[in-house]
Formats: sequence, C-alpha cells, structure tokens
Amino acid sequence: MSVIRLTPPLDEETLSKLRIGDHCLISGVLYTARDAAHKRMVEALDRGEELPIDVKGQIIYYAGPAPTPPGKPIGSVGPTTSYRMDPYAPRLMEVGLKGMIGKGPRAKEVVDAMVKYKAVYFAAIGGAAALLAKQVKEAEVVAYEDLGPEAIRRLVVEDFPVVVVNDIYGGDLFVEGVKKYAKEG
Amino acid sequence: MREINVNDLIPVVADMCIDATCNLGDDVIRAYEEAIEREESPQAKEVLKRLLENARIAKEEGMPACQDCGFAVLFVDIGQDVRFVGGDLTEALTEGVRQGYEKGYLRKSIVDKPATERKNTGDNTPPVIHYNIVPGDKVKITFMAKGGGCENMSRVTMLTPAQGLEGIKKAVIERVRESGGNPCPPIKVGVGIGGTFEKAALLAKKALLRKIGEFNPDPEMAAVEKELLEKINNLGIGPMGFGGRITAFSVAIETHPCHIASLPLAINIDCHVSRHKEVEI
Repeated sequence: MSVIRLTPPLDEETLSKLRIGDHCLISGVLYTARDAAHKRMVEALDRGEELPIDVKGQIIYYAGPAPTPPGKPIGSVGPTTSYRMDPYAPRLMEVGLKGMIGKGPRAKEVVDAMVKYKAVYFAAIGGAAALLAKQVKEAEVVAYEDLGPEAIRRLVVEDFPVVVVNDIYGGDLFVEGVKKYAKEG
Repeated sequence: MREINVNDLIPVVADMCIDATCNLGDDVIRAYEEAIEREESPQAKEVLKRLLENARIAKEEGMPACQDCGFAVLFVDIGQDVRFVGGDLTEALTEGVRQGYEKGYLRKSIVDKPATERKNTGDNTPPVIHYNIVPGDKVKITFMAKGGGCENMSRVTMLTPAQGLEGIKKAVIERVRESGGNPCPPIKVGVGIGGTFEKAALLAKKALLRKIGEFNPDPEMAAVEKELLEKINNLGIGPMGFGGRITAFSVAIETHPCHIASLPLAINIDCHVSRHKEVEI
C-alpha cells in the first residue's frame, strides 16, 4: 500500500492529488478542536472577530486528549465522531481550513463544501488512542483553556496515519467501501 | 447482617476505572485476533491490526486505550443481608470514580447543565449508578466506561405487538446501518426487549456486559442473536466504516415481560473497546 506524506499547510496542488482511500502520513502541525471549541470559533466569526488560530491551509483534528501523564508529550488522543462538527465545518472551510481529521461520515452539505472550498476529510482510527499518541511529539493549549479536554491544542505530529475519506472531487470512501462489501438479502 | 464500610469501596472503584480503560478484556483481544483472520478487506484488516497493537500499548504503558474514557456507569448488586456503615454509599462510589479518573490520567468528559452551560465537572462525576437488591451478603460492583460516540447511536423505540420479532430485527439492523462508521465499529449491540420504556434501556445496557462469544441462555433468543450478527456483518460497514466483513463482534439480547399493548425495544451500541470490569466483595 503506497503512502502519501503530507505537511501542513496544504496547498491546492497537494489537495488535488488526494483521492479517497489514500493512506497518508502527516508530519507537522495539527490543531485539536471539537464540539465546544467549534461553537466558540463560529460564534467569533459571526461577531466579525478573528479566530484564535489561523486556520488557513491547516488541518483540524477532531479530538480531545486524555490528560498528559508524566514524561509524555500528551495522553491518549484518538479521533471523535465528526458529524457533530458538521454544522460548523463549512464556515471554517470558507475562511481557509483545508483538512479535517475525525471518524464517521459527514453530511452532504459538508461534502459539498469540501468540493466548493477544496478541502479534504481524513479518518483516523477511532479507539486507537494510545497508538496515535505515540505520533504526537509536542502539545500545547493555544485557546479556550477553560474547556479542559475541549480546549484548542497545537500538536506537532510525526507520521500521523490517516486515510482520505472525502476528497475535493466529492468522493466518499464510506459509500464506496460499504458498497464493495455489502451482501444484501 | 454483614457490615461493609463504604470507605473501603473507594479504592476498589478507583482501581476498576483504571483497569477497565487501560486493560481491555480478554474477549475483546480474542475478537480482534479472530477478526484479523476473518476480515476480507485489506484496509479493514490493517485497521484491526492497529487496534490490537493499540490494546498492547495501552496495557504496557498504563494509558487509556481510547481518549474517551467514558461515562462512569456502575451496576451495584447489594445482598439484602449487607449493612453499609461509615458514610453515604453513593458518595463513596462517586469518590471512587473521582479518584480513579484523576490517578489514572483518564479524560473527564462529563458536563453539568447539559442544555445550557455545559460546564465540565472536572472529575468525571457524577457516575450513573444502578442499584439492585439481591439475596445474600455480598456486594457486586460492575463498572462500565461508556463512550459518548457510540452512546449517541443508541435508541429506544416503542414497537407495537403486531410488529413483533420481525419488527425488532428490522429496527436493530436499520439502527446499525444508519450508525455506519460513527460508533467505532466493530461494535457490540445490546438489545433490550420488553419491560417498560426505561426498563428496555436498562436491559440493553446490561446486555453490553455480556462477554463477546456468549449467547442468551434461551435457545430462541440465542438464534436471533446469531441471525442478527450475521445480517449486521453482511451490511459491509466494516471496521471504522471503511467497508469490510466485520461490523459487529456480538449481539446480546436481554428480555423482560411487557404490557399487552407494548413491545418496547432499546438498542444500545458499544464501541470495539467495550470496557467493563466487575468485583465481588
């Protein structure tokens, strides 16, 4: 299985080469944000304010890590279910977000927004949180510290494994994959 | 009467929180291994291998297998010949959860004022505790760390008697189909049939405590479990929803008599890590 190496910020040329089912290893910066942080970010945009992080070309990882044990850069950190961020995701793509990492399928409006704004959605393995924590080299809270596990963290990752679920062409791995293995009747 | 000091239960519960979230059950490990053998999709096989590796890392390093260390759900079966001394039982169990989540570096995922402020309580309390009085002088505590993502995919539905077993099967399969990759498949499906609205939900949750590979002692219900498992695995959802053969590890049904007008059905979905431990005191 061939692997594509990615380093954010993601440019259009890189995004244009990604197709559903591609295995990628991401190195560099990821930002964690989940339900509460998304709500706050979109509320900030609605008020005409700047976001606490510059999302242009960046990847948001839908995750809230376990507390950091002594001697480690971060606690267990796997993806959370993505559809809960669907009401907010198109708005962030509109201001330049290029990648999202989570688990589970996205709403049609989000898939359409990915085509419109040229962004991709990756899946990480849900529940593989101890394993994924090993790929995180640094972590620091950069916004909304009061949200605890839901605060926005800046992670520096190395070879963080993900699979392309939705590409900029409207493809959907969940739809295609399930079609291939369904035995109806 | 046998006296039990509630303060002695605090470290017992704390240890269970850490043990359940960091050391996955033998049945789960076996289920990963068997799924790797049976899975037809190369991509899904790779996912399953990573899950097995994740379980090994979690155990070796004493880290939670999943960052969502769950809602702390406790089933407490109290022998009727037991008398609790030394304080408030519920407070002691809550303190056990508090200490376990703190000491184990487990994520605190509970928010107060759910419809408005949603402020994190900071210590993963309060737990949900289901007390049950049973004969004898023992106390059995079962701890379950229930993930939020899979809990969200669960449903209670009030079927009519006319919908019957066929209606139940259809509803379970549709629920799993609609859940897709959201609840972290391979999942466990807990099914509660009968009772009242809330009883069905509790039955479904208790069904999730059954080990993978064990079936209902009633041969008729065991046959339904096997049929549903096969049909769910034919949906093609596969590990993480990427497409594949193994969508569920098990289907467990629990039943209770119900009203002549009703056929309550609850479907409680658990993710592949399926974390629960029990201790008898």
